[in-house]
Amino acid sequence: MILSDKYELIKKNFRRFAEKEFTTEIQENLDRNGGFNWEIWEKIGKYGFTGVKIPTQYGGQGGDYMAYALMNEEFCRVCPVLGIYANTPNSLGGGPLLQCGNEEQRQKYLAPAARGEKQIVFALTEPGAGSDPGSMTTKAVADGDYYVINGRKCFISGAPIADYAIVYARTDLTQKGGRGISMFIVDLKLKGVSFGKPEAKMGINGYPTSDIVFENVYVHKDDLLGPLHKGYAVAMKTLDGGRLGVAAQALGAAQGAFEEAVAYVKERKQFGKPIYYNQGVSFMLAEMATEIEATRNLVYSAAEAKDHDASNAATLCSMAKLYATEMANKVCGQAIQLHGGYGYIKDYKVERLYRDVRVMTLYEGTSQVQKIVISRDILK
Amino acid sequence: MRIYVCVKQVPDTSGKVAVNENGTLNRASMDTIVNPDDLNAVEAALELKDELGCQVTVVTMGPPPAKAMLRELLAMGADDAVLISGREFGGSDTFATSQIIAGALHNLGVGDEDIVFCGRQAIDGDTAQVGPQIAEKLGIPQVTYAGNIQKDGNKLVVKRLLEDGYMVVEVFTPCLITCVKELNEPRYMTVKNIIESENKPILVLDYEALKDEELIDLDSIGLKGSPTNIFKSFTPPQKGEGVVYSDSVEVMSKKLTEDLVKKHIV
Repeated sequence: MILSDKYELIKKNFRRFAEKEFTTEIQENLDRNGGFNWEIWEKIGKYGFTGVKIPTQYGGQGGDYMAYALMNEEFCRVCPVLGIYANTPNSLGGGPLLQCGNEEQRQKYLAPAARGEKQIVFALTEPGAGSDPGSMTTKAVADGDYYVINGRKCFISGAPIADYAIVYARTDLTQKGGRGISMFIVDLKLKGVSFGKPEAKMGINGYPTSDIVFENVYVHKDDLLGPLHKGYAVAMKTLDGGRLGVAAQALGAAQGAFEEAVAYVKERKQFGKPIYYNQGVSFMLAEMATEIEATRNLVYSAAEAKDHDASNAATLCSMAKLYATEMANKVCGQAIQLHGGYGYIKDYKVERLYRDVRVMTLYEGTSQVQKIVISRDILK
Repeated sequence: MRIYVCVKQVPDTSGKVAVNENGTLNRASMDTIVNPDDLNAVEAALELKDELGCQVTVVTMGPPPAKAMLRELLAMGADDAVLISGREFGGSDTFATSQIIAGALHNLGVGDEDIVFCGRQAIDGDTAQVGPQIAEKLGIPQVTYAGNIQKDGNKLVVKRLLEDGYMVVEVFTPCLITCVKELNEPRYMTVKNIIESENKPILVLDYEALKDEELIDLDSIGLKGSPTNIFKSFTPPQKGEGVVYSDSVEVMSKKLTEDLVKKHIV
């Protein structure tokens, strides 16, 4: 797909920012020590990357899904952690507010998130409710002007550093599955909110993940997001857009690993010449490049479908996520293979990229869940 | 108040430098970038715009593809752009170029409160002559090597960064300032500005538009009219790798002397 001049410029700007600002030193430091880099967060906010696809009237940049996909691609090409920093407010955090927040809620919560002043995270998953979120046990019971929330959410990306969370809880206890679930905007400073300790993860170190526990948390009814009992459908729709973001993340990370591999095979000499002289090596590069390019076309066309509100957009996003994340795992593995033993050493970037992409076939719907979504659309 | 920023599209010399047989740069085969010092000039103008709300106009002379560079500067936050472009202007040296740009600025109008910003020098020619010559031809004061700029009413207080120290100069507008990289950190574009930049105007001034301009002498522009002739240009041969000594001062001094003697330097 040929990008227009506008998108080329958007892409170039993201690349420039990522290459210059998210230095190897910052990346390695975050990977080794975890935590969160507030300095880069401020820069991301300053340039509005936190609100790329949020409309200007809500503090965003007014970009579309294509701009959003390009950001995820280019940021993750340099480092997936950077991509995730900028992705969250645009996607899972801001998405539900944009979809069904009232004007007051959007100005109060969405605008500061779009400007990078506040952080909102998405709290759907529970210890016993992952691929089947309808089995959640967190509940919210009405009490005068308030809802009282009790329950535990787990694997919440960004929870330890967040100001607010979009929390899903069952409000109609007589209903089962996706019915009877509502969304709330919860200020994480409220009494009764506590956090688990940040998880020790395989990759994406530098963006902390933890449980959030709710014990008799009183949330005002003004912070009920969208219609009562109808939150589940919004969650599913938010996840569609999020899947496009994850697909673009995987695409970028694969591109980054591929570029590392190309540079390495030119520099590494064995048997008296650079190793790319061996067809076994050069053919691997050809396959990797072809798979990346095929993925890029799928991701961009899914973005275009979202921007045109095409009827197959949700399915395309699932296809893009399925294909891109599986491809990225494969390509990052091949990039390590081309590095030989050095690829297993932490001094080489491919080692980190390999660990970082591993989560992408898991979060925001596993590859198997994507297959359920895609096949359901085929067989409907 | 209007700020003009003169910018140049230059080959990206961080990659491979290609030279034509006649000694000129083979620009077509090289990636192009905005001249780095010019980005500092744009940033200086945008900071004044953020503070005072003035109009920022970016001006360049070059072939039609230079429009892409102007779009980038509009996406950084400039309000409008001017492209001076014509076959008759091609091959101009600094004398001819500054004359044409001064003519174009005169044509656009430089008012009492206006400022012209330039980068210190371009990375392709490294002459640092165009900015000062524009000021001379416009008959306005110039301050070069600005490392800090403060606006104070109708004057600017400029800190000039020089090799052996600095100098603080006050200058009344209209004036021309050339900027060094220490002045600021150029901003990135934003998605919002990129989208908006599509509707910002780029005015093209060609030979017809400028041929009657009083500051331009038609006999001394373009390749033919330029007093400078390039004798030869080439990529200098790579020097050998450096050597690092690390030991006590006595041992290193001895080793250095031996090596210099070996190479017949001393």
